[in-house]
Amino acid sequence: MDIPILKIENFLVVTIQAEMSDDEILKLQEDILSRIKEVSASGLIIDITALDVVDSFMGRTLSNIANTADLLGAKTVVVGIRPAVALTLVELGIRIKWNLNTALNLEKGIDMLKRRIERQGAGGAF
Amino acid sequence: MSETEKRISIKSSADIITARGVGREMAKQLGFNIVDQTKITTAISELTRNIVSYTGKGRVIIKKIHSDIGKKDGMEIICTDKGPGIESIELVLKAGYSTSGSLGLGLSGAKMLMDDFNIKSKPGKGTRVTIKKWLR
Repeated sequence: MDIPILKIENFLVVTIQAEMSDDEILKLQEDILSRIKEVSASGLIIDITALDVVDSFMGRTLSNIANTADLLGAKTVVVGIRPAVALTLVELGIRIKWNLNTALNLEKGIDMLKRRIERQGAGGAF
Repeated sequence: MSETEKRISIKSSADIITARGVGREMAKQLGFNIVDQTKITTAISELTRNIVSYTGKGRVIIKKIHSDIGKKDGMEIICTDKGPGIESIELVLKAGYSTSGSLGLGLSGAKMLMDDFNIKSKPGKGTRVTIKKWLR
């Protein structure tokens, strides 16, 4: 299953559309990172609205993608976490290591990225 | 095999998705709310991933249960493997402990998400984890 990676302005948008096996998630991670490099993206939005389960493996992979994207110069926002998934993640104790920025939906995610990148451009601390 | 008991053999990460789907479906049928469905499904995901990551293969049984004492229905998930077993159960139940470089939230996470948690393990023989969730 190839997941499309869309480009809007200077951001990449990835919508995870179905449950993915571990191999598929890791393949997506590679695809995203090489695409960031290819188009010199300054932001990355991962939409997980379709996911009804985010376990510790998925949480860790999302966190890894964000950390690596950061090294490549792109800021990551994860959008569309379902309320039940959010509750489960907090109870799992994943919050501690879940160093990801999140926004309610795609629109708010794009706003968040724009604000962060503007602030950074103005020389402010990120 | 009755409709209220499902067995799935776990060999690869694709089986994790199958087990999650079966668990979610049963939780829904039993009347668990969306949050509990998600917790149960996530716990199944953590435990079956442990089987794939540490032992290669095992089995999960997902079934409906009833407690005469508490007069309540619930769901039980039993994950068994014949892997290397666990030397120190206390240690693996500490959140953040991991030998595989993961977050170390697998067992402790499954415990947090469910009402009952039981683990039996013999080094060299294998491990059995039983978790339960009761309908409120």
